[in-house]
Amino acid sequence: MKTDRPIHAGAWWLWAAGVAVAGVATSNPLLLLALCTLSIMVATLRGRIATAATSIRAFIKIAVFVVVARIVLQILFGQRSPGHVLFTIPSLQLPNWLAGVSLGGPVTAEALLTALQGGLRLSVILLAFGAANCLASPRDLLRSLPGVFHEVAVAVTVALCFTPALMASVKRLHEARTLRGRPTRGIAGMRGILVPALEDALESATTLAASMGSRGFGRSVGQATTPRLNRALVVLGVLVLLVGGYGLLATSASVPLPIPLAGLGVILVGTGVVRSHRRAQRTRYRRAAFTLAAGAIACLGWVPAASFALLGHLAWSGISWSPSPLSAPPVSALGMLSIAVSAAVLLIAPVPTGSSRSRTSTRTRTAVSA
Amino acid sequence: MIRFTSFGFRYDQESRWIVRDLNVEILDGEFLVVIGPTGSGKSTLLRAIDGLIPHFSGGEMHGDVTIAGHSVRNTTPTELAGLVGYVGQNPAQSFVTDRVEDEIAYAMENLGIDAVTMRRRVEDVLDLLNLHEVRDEQLRALSGGQQQRVAIAAVLAASPRVLVLDEPTSALDPGSAEEVLSSLTRLVHDVGLSVVIAEHRLERVLPFADRVLSLGNDGVELGTPSEVMERARIAPPIVELGRIAKWSPLPVTVRAARRMAGPLFDELSGLEPPEGQPVAGPLVASIDKVHLKYGSFGALNGVSWDLLAGTITALMGRNGSGKTSLLSLLSGMRETNKGTILLEGTNPATMKPAQRIHRVGLVPQDPGLLLYCQSVADECETADREHGLEAGTTWAELEKLDAVLDADRHPRDLSEGQRLQLALAVVLAARPTLLLLDEPTRGLDYEAKWSLCCQLTGLRNQGVAILLSTHDVELAASIADHTVVLAGGEIIAGGETRSVVRQTPAFAPQVSKILSPEPWLTVHEIKAALAGRN
Repeated sequence: MKTDRPIHAGAWWLWAAGVAVAGVATSNPLLLLALCTLSIMVATLRGRIATAATSIRAFIKIAVFVVVARIVLQILFGQRSPGHVLFTIPSLQLPNWLAGVSLGGPVTAEALLTALQGGLRLSVILLAFGAANCLASPRDLLRSLPGVFHEVAVAVTVALCFTPALMASVKRLHEARTLRGRPTRGIAGMRGILVPALEDALESATTLAASMGSRGFGRSVGQATTPRLNRALVVLGVLVLLVGGYGLLATSASVPLPIPLAGLGVILVGTGVVRSHRRAQRTRYRRAAFTLAAGAIACLGWVPAASFALLGHLAWSGISWSPSPLSAPPVSALGMLSIAVSAAVLLIAPVPTGSSRSRTSTRTRTAVSA
Repeated sequence: MIRFTSFGFRYDQESRWIVRDLNVEILDGEFLVVIGPTGSGKSTLLRAIDGLIPHFSGGEMHGDVTIAGHSVRNTTPTELAGLVGYVGQNPAQSFVTDRVEDEIAYAMENLGIDAVTMRRRVEDVLDLLNLHEVRDEQLRALSGGQQQRVAIAAVLAASPRVLVLDEPTSALDPGSAEEVLSSLTRLVHDVGLSVVIAEHRLERVLPFADRVLSLGNDGVELGTPSEVMERARIAPPIVELGRIAKWSPLPVTVRAARRMAGPLFDELSGLEPPEGQPVAGPLVASIDKVHLKYGSFGALNGVSWDLLAGTITALMGRNGSGKTSLLSLLSGMRETNKGTILLEGTNPATMKPAQRIHRVGLVPQDPGLLLYCQSVADECETADREHGLEAGTTWAELEKLDAVLDADRHPRDLSEGQRLQLALAVVLAARPTLLLLDEPTRGLDYEAKWSLCCQLTGLRNQGVAILLSTHDVELAASIADHTVVLAGGEIIAGGETRSVVRQTPAFAPQVSKILSPEPWLTVHEIKAALAGRN
């Protein structure tokens, strides 16, 4: 099934969503760590955007920060529960109205492990998102959305372009201020830079709007009322799907007929999308097809989540683990195996060729002349 | 194809008419150049063709404009999208997507062109505008010239019948400008596209024009280039030369001029252009084997040059050849990776900004960046205060530049030339010994350019060392004592302007092309020499 063509952006985001859900489905730190490694590995080896390596490194830094922060917060403010005391820090008596918060006191191994566990779980989600970002940029994903979401997609694209443009403008202004021998720090400096930068941004927004207009943006929209119906169908469908899904997942909630509700939602959304697709006057340039390989990648991402859910349901040991009573987390061979299966995307997805990686050099070169 | 009927426009009831009572018809398959000084309504005219006036700007419009029978009064730019393609002055601001290919496909997607046709057309325009190498690049990472070509490709792909371009070559080096203009000419000839261009640099566009529309205070004129040039107040060197030599009809291409130049050669025989002033000022800045790298790419690779007081040096070269990098090193904004830069013995990068401004002043490509106050007067006062100067110094500097500026106006509302004068005054008030200018003539009309030339020559005579990076060969030929040509971060030619530009055809001024191998560079010299003989 190995393919040479770039994989559909949606497939990668589905894959990453699966990995993130798997992170929620298990509480075994070993499995969580394995999921983190999986995201990092796939992102580094198959990242399509030129800055994949730097980008995933930034996400790793954030993940580490999250884990550390959680542990530090636990030490300072954590709930004091019985357990194996590792050390004690001086505690402070807080006034009555802060009764829920404790400061300092004995720090137990159990509490630290719980913090680590929570941090790791967040890291899995962060890294899965980071990996998806490297494997297919959010903009690629937007491009492959169905026609109903076109306006939204354009708005998001413009917003995504706006930030770098603003940063570039701030940098230019900063340099110009230095040229005038003016301080660039402090409030005075900020006033000199921020105001013109925002003015710049406004001006470019007007130019952009004119440019989009004269290039036919929104042509099909003003034509008939039907697109509005389609959009209503989609919005309603998403709402129904949300309620149904909530009923399915949250066992304590009492939503009547969760499965039929979810099904109705899917049908509504589907109808809206298909109808508007048929009506759409605009076309798509070189839209990546959702091939068999893309489907396989999307499915592989959900293998760990599905097996964790199944094994957990069967009360198989190794999927869930609690730090109290204190014990070493079990090694779950089946859990690990399911993660390894998910890594099989490496066998399907093409290695990014020179066209995207070696381009870094030309990019810096052209950036210079810009 | 396009018909203006008693067209008039002004921004509000009180302001003056920018264009008034214009009756013009632009034909199908015509290459029309619109000329005129700043503020004569060139941009207004172009925007009206695309329906951006009246739909995207407030203001009062009189009369009507029709494009292939559609009146802009009741047709929006969106509806005109398949008919008219518009490329504005700042292409980077008009990009909707972030990748070259997506940007080119954007208009076609909106028009609902099927995927197969779309693919073919994208390939076509990539070929036509020579953008194959950058098709996957991020738009932000492209050079100015490449961005300009992408913007043109993006509107061309929708195969409009009219292409409207506002100053398309102002950011381009002579080579890329030639490339863009000749691909446009090819389109006019091959597919019958109508092209309407507004441009200040007549010497670049006139050879390609079928007709010229001249807007100005003294009325509107439409005709073939030589007809219009007979009377036009603004003219490229080739036309000025033709006027002196009394050539008729006036030539607009170097080829035509050379054929007529026989008698002029005879007249000039025995005459010599004036010797350049002997240059022996003290050393102001020395650049010694300087290297600058961005990542793995070397922007400057071992550049050495000395700048002397009382000289003007022109820095030329393709887009991306390292001109701006060199200026930013000299201004102390960056540090070299290897080699040294010394301003009167000190490295500019180690100076404090407040001290540096008394040694070196840089006017960036967009002089507006230097200005951030609410009015001209406020700007001058702030400059005095910040530089620790006596009150009124900057204003005096502005008067020395012969600038006629309204003290209460907002810098943003000044014309391109006035903004440059104000920025120049702010920089000069600190009395730097080295003045750096990045593309100073971009967007300037002939009058503003001429007054800049006078100002710079005046500064040189006061002993300031001036280094200007420019794509404008005529500017370099008329005021630079020295010219340095950069390519790939290395100096490939450097020395006296007269010898350098004559050896490098791409950077030779029109007069030199016509009269080669004789050493003349400017019409001014020839005029002076002929007057001296009589």
